Amino acid sequence: MKKLLSIFAVLAFAFSANAGTLDDVKNRGFLKCGVTTGLIGFAAPDDAGNWAGFDVDVCRAVAAAIFGDSSKVEFTTTTGKSRFPTLASGEIDMLARNTTWTLSRDVNLGFEFVGVNYYDGQGFMIPSALGVDDATGLDGATVCIQTGTTTELNLADFFRANGIGYEALPIETNDEARENLFAGRCDVYTTDASGLSATRAQADDPDKWVVLPNIISKEPLGPLVRHGDHQWGDVVRWSLNTMIIAEELGVSSSNVDDSKGSNIPEVLRLLGVEGGYGEMLELSNDFAYNIIKQVGNYSESFDRNIGPDTPLGIGRNLNALWTDGGILYAPPFR
Amino acid sequence: MQNNLFQDQKFRGILYQTLVVGFFALGLYFVINTTAYNLEKRNIATGFGFLNNPAGFDISFSPFLDFKSTDTHLKVYFVGVLNTLLVSFCGCIAATILGFIVGIIRLSSNWLLSRIAYIYVEFTRNTPLLLQIILWYAILIQLPRIKQAPQIWETFYISNRGLFGPKPIFLDGSNIVILSLVLSFIISFFIARWAKKRQDTTGQQFPTFTTNLSIIVFFPFVVFFIMGSPITLQYPVLKGFNFKGGAVIRPEFIAMFLALSIYTAAFISETVRSGILSVTKGQREASGALGLKKNWIMRLIIIPQALRVIVPPLTSQYLNLTKNSSLGIAVGYADLVHGFGGISLNQTGQAIECMAITMATYLLISLTISFFMNIYNKSIQFKEK
Repeated sequence: MKKLLSIFAVLAFAFSANAGTLDDVKNRGFLKCGVTTGLIGFAAPDDAGNWAGFDVDVCRAVAAAIFGDSSKVEFTTTTGKSRFPTLASGEIDMLARNTTWTLSRDVNLGFEFVGVNYYDGQGFMIPSALGVDDATGLDGATVCIQTGTTTELNLADFFRANGIGYEALPIETNDEARENLFAGRCDVYTTDASGLSATRAQADDPDKWVVLPNIISKEPLGPLVRHGDHQWGDVVRWSLNTMIIAEELGVSSSNVDDSKGSNIPEVLRLLGVEGGYGEMLELSNDFAYNIIKQVGNYSESFDRNIGPDTPLGIGRNLNALWTDGGILYAPPFR
Repeated sequence: MQNNLFQDQKFRGILYQTLVVGFFALGLYFVINTTAYNLEKRNIATGFGFLNNPAGFDISFSPFLDFKSTDTHLKVYFVGVLNTLLVSFCGCIAATILGFIVGIIRLSSNWLLSRIAYIYVEFTRNTPLLLQIILWYAILIQLPRIKQAPQIWETFYISNRGLFGPKPIFLDGSNIVILSLVLSFIISFFIARWAKKRQDTTGQQFPTFTTNLSIIVFFPFVVFFIMGSPITLQYPVLKGFNFKGGAVIRPEFIAMFLALSIYTAAFISETVRSGILSVTKGQREASGALGLKKNWIMRLIIIPQALRVIVPPLTSQYLNLTKNSSLGIAVGYADLVHGFGGISLNQTGQAIECMAITMATYLLISLTISFFMNIYNKSIQFKEK
């Protein structure tokens, strides 16, 4: 039904004037951001119904950059299947939904990935009682798999490459996968390792579940926009980069006000004290200040939502800054 | 006063109809054109070439075709069509049987029975089908886990991964056994025709049912042993994570089958009830006066007349059931919408092509059902002599 709606929406889109997305968002007064249907740590509503999470913070950063107010976001939940039609039809302005950057999505589906906010890889989670310690020992297992994802394709490739069989149980959302896994309808759940950590954190007894060490794919997850509106792509890209650069420079939500008097030139450029970088993006010059003040830098968002002190307990690993042994790297703010 | 063209009724009619058709064609052209333009502008590739690309994903539920991830999207389509037809076919048969039984029970003079039928009809008819599918699936998923699956004679196992049972293995010579079975059905058919003709002309009755049943059972059995038991059973064995060998009915299929047939049977039972009530009371009384047995009255007098009222709405219930099978997506049943209209669509991004093919397929299936039901409907209409 959603697909069908989206097709109609694509049609309907033709009738509306095709102005720049940034102007549309500014005129509308809030940002429309697509997120998951609920993945603890990445995007899930809290007890008060406010969306929170690592992906949600990217949406909030963009809202802070445009409006100076990180709360001006309307969240739309999307499944693995509905996310692309929803974005393509213009129902949302951007998608921040642990989506893997691939060639076909970038080129054939007509989207533009603006960067990577989480370097992930596909893993397997099983009950520890099964006593399997390597994914190649999963011959004949029933595997829960979210349909319409890259993980679905990687799964088929992995088992084919290793010459072992499996039975796929196709499901739509992370919640369904959790129910089926916990009920024993499937032996294994496979998705991005971050998603597995989130699922494990929701188990009654997390110790009864193990995430196998096998990582069978590269899954660079990042926000994306529709292809062709480069100005809008730039805004989202530099909102994300700002969070990474702020961590590099040691600017956080707690010291951002003091940092305005810093003697490091790049900090002054970042916070809009010097130069007109915000205007180049058709934003206010203090857009980066607003992001850092209201959302925080990359490490603040990471630690708050998915870091070692949260139920997910994910380490920085690949997602550490390039200066700390990871591969997180943003182009210079200049 | 014919001088004004607009006062000519015929001309006016043609003019209006031309205008309507013209506007419709213009609208259609506009929609197609803008879609093509927008797809082009968004750099979304179009065309049906993707059908020959390898799917890249696996479908486990494919009882008729062997599916591998290296197979094409076209094969995904065929697997989906067959799965849709499977659940629709099983559902229609079960819904018809259950619907007839419930419809007759509702008219029963037994208060308790008719009340139970009434409650069943009102409950299933007035709750959304989607919820019923999910309810059945939620119940099935609570069955024992595979390692604790209870067994019956070490042959049948019940678990939340499905019902496991023995699978027939056809060895050399099994063709002849199957042939003998087909042959016995053909013989039975001719016996039945002969018996009916004899009864029509002479009034003598013949025990058709018992004769045919013994032919169908004994003849293939004898052939089976003469050929040296060429059909054996393969039993499921728990090995590693799952049962190996044997046959299995998956909970996704069971949930769909139960929900579709129970839901549709409620509607069919109402159709059957209205059909029976449409036969005038005099018919029943007259046949009673002739001394016919009670179940004969139903079978020979009431039902044949009621069918004329029952069959047209029954056709639309079959169509509904078939179309409702597309809800299989809710529980991961690999039907046409889930596999081709869902996964293939999403992996290739060819939304319009996939949706168009899927819709055309449902249209074809529905029209085929209507076609055959219309033939059947004609055959049971009053034949004036």
